[in-house]
Amino acid sequence: MSEVKYSKEHEWIKLDGEEATIGITKHATEMLGDIVFAELPEKGSNVDKDGTAGVVESTKAASDVYTPVSGEVIDTNQMIVDDPSKINEDPEESAWFFKLKIKDKSEMDSLMSKEEYEKFAKETSA
Amino acid sequence: MSIKKTSLNNLHIKYGAKLVEFAGYQMPIQYKDGIIQEHKYTRSHSGIFDVSHMGQLFISGGDDLTNDLEKIFPADLKKLKTNQSKYSFLMNNKGGIQDDLIITKTSDGFLIILNAACKYNDYEVIKFKLDNQYKLNLDESLSLIALQGPEAKNVLNKVIPGCDSLKFMNGNNYVYKNEKVYITRSGYTGEDGFEISIKHSKAETFVESLIENGSKLIGLGARDTLRMEAGLCLYGNDLDNDTSPIEANLKWAIPKSRIETEFVGSEVLKNQFQSGVKKLRVGIKPDSKVIARGNTKIYNDKNQEIGKVTSGTFGPSVEHPIAMGYVDNSYSTVNTKIFLEVRGKKIPANICNLPFYKKNYVKGEINV
Repeated sequence: MSEVKYSKEHEWIKLDGEEATIGITKHATEMLGDIVFAELPEKGSNVDKDGTAGVVESTKAASDVYTPVSGEVIDTNQMIVDDPSKINEDPEESAWFFKLKIKDKSEMDSLMSKEEYEKFAKETSA
Repeated sequence: MSIKKTSLNNLHIKYGAKLVEFAGYQMPIQYKDGIIQEHKYTRSHSGIFDVSHMGQLFISGGDDLTNDLEKIFPADLKKLKTNQSKYSFLMNNKGGIQDDLIITKTSDGFLIILNAACKYNDYEVIKFKLDNQYKLNLDESLSLIALQGPEAKNVLNKVIPGCDSLKFMNGNNYVYKNEKVYITRSGYTGEDGFEISIKHSKAETFVESLIENGSKLIGLGARDTLRMEAGLCLYGNDLDNDTSPIEANLKWAIPKSRIETEFVGSEVLKNQFQSGVKKLRVGIKPDSKVIARGNTKIYNDKNQEIGKVTSGTFGPSVEHPIAMGYVDNSYSTVNTKIFLEVRGKKIPANICNLPFYKKNYVKGEINV
């Protein structure tokens, strides 16, 4: 059974066993506006919890993408590099950013549930 | 100081604008469709821009006005016909640009359109330089609406018949709902279009009627991507107090007849005309999809810093990142290979011609 959690930096993370899929939330895409560029971490590299693991740019500005947990990058989504507008269209499903083989499952504990995140997003954007 | 609202503020909210503070005004950055759709709608149909934050300075009174204004602005004002407009500059003694502006000759003087962030200072500077001899009115009872795009003339003609006969960089008086409006054919998008100066009280109904005739409100975000594709400068980004019109590659706006005459900054400009400049504004096209924003450092192939990006974005119509900036003049030739430092990496790019997007009045032509 997979578990989905959310970070304060507006990433979502779906965990299946040791494999985590990470992307940015619909709320994040609405704040960014039209996304025109995406940069992803290199396959095989290691990323640390809360560290930079990519970049998205809208017509207005650039924003870093952080990883909510540590691990080794085992896959990246070339589709969003080729067509960044897919991130606006389907941010929480097909437009995922990267997959990690996670190091420490307990890092998931500090992340928010869907309800907690929705409350957080509402409060911070008000 | 409290934030100002334009006469279209309620309309912006009604059409779902995301509002931001810009030059002391609450302005729409985008509406519901978003920057890319708004940009494309302007290029394919027509877009309405609230530019009421800009200054509308009327100067009148006295036979010597034209002469005295020529001591301030490097434009050929004596040759200007009534209702004709010219792009010019307010400069400091070092030839640096304090503001870029449009001067139109009116029946009793001149109308100068000023950048929002500069307008109060410009007013003081011009008033001081004219030695208080003329009547200056920075008229804050007027809104300014721009209508831009291939459909602009058809849309505006339905609301104010007859304005489609205006020539580019010319204006005239018209009447809308018993109120005088002043319309010029000009713009900031690389498209055909108009700027309409209208009483605040009539602005909302006027814009609603443009919308009823097929136009859409467009925010400052798309205004920025449109002007960048058109290779046009934004004061504060691409032009400033330390940059001359020659360095900004705007030599075309200084008529030959004025080079030997005196105006504020004329000595510096004359010298630059003769001996050339050290830095020059150029168009920049990154090889990849990486976007280089303002303040990105520019390097040559020997890793020496040679300049700085002043504006950069993704061009929605050219579908590629675009930028402009200043480089050491020896690197300003088109197709020179340069490198842009983005997030610690050196991104290859080329110097290219401006504009990125060139309107061909039969069909759009893309220059990237």
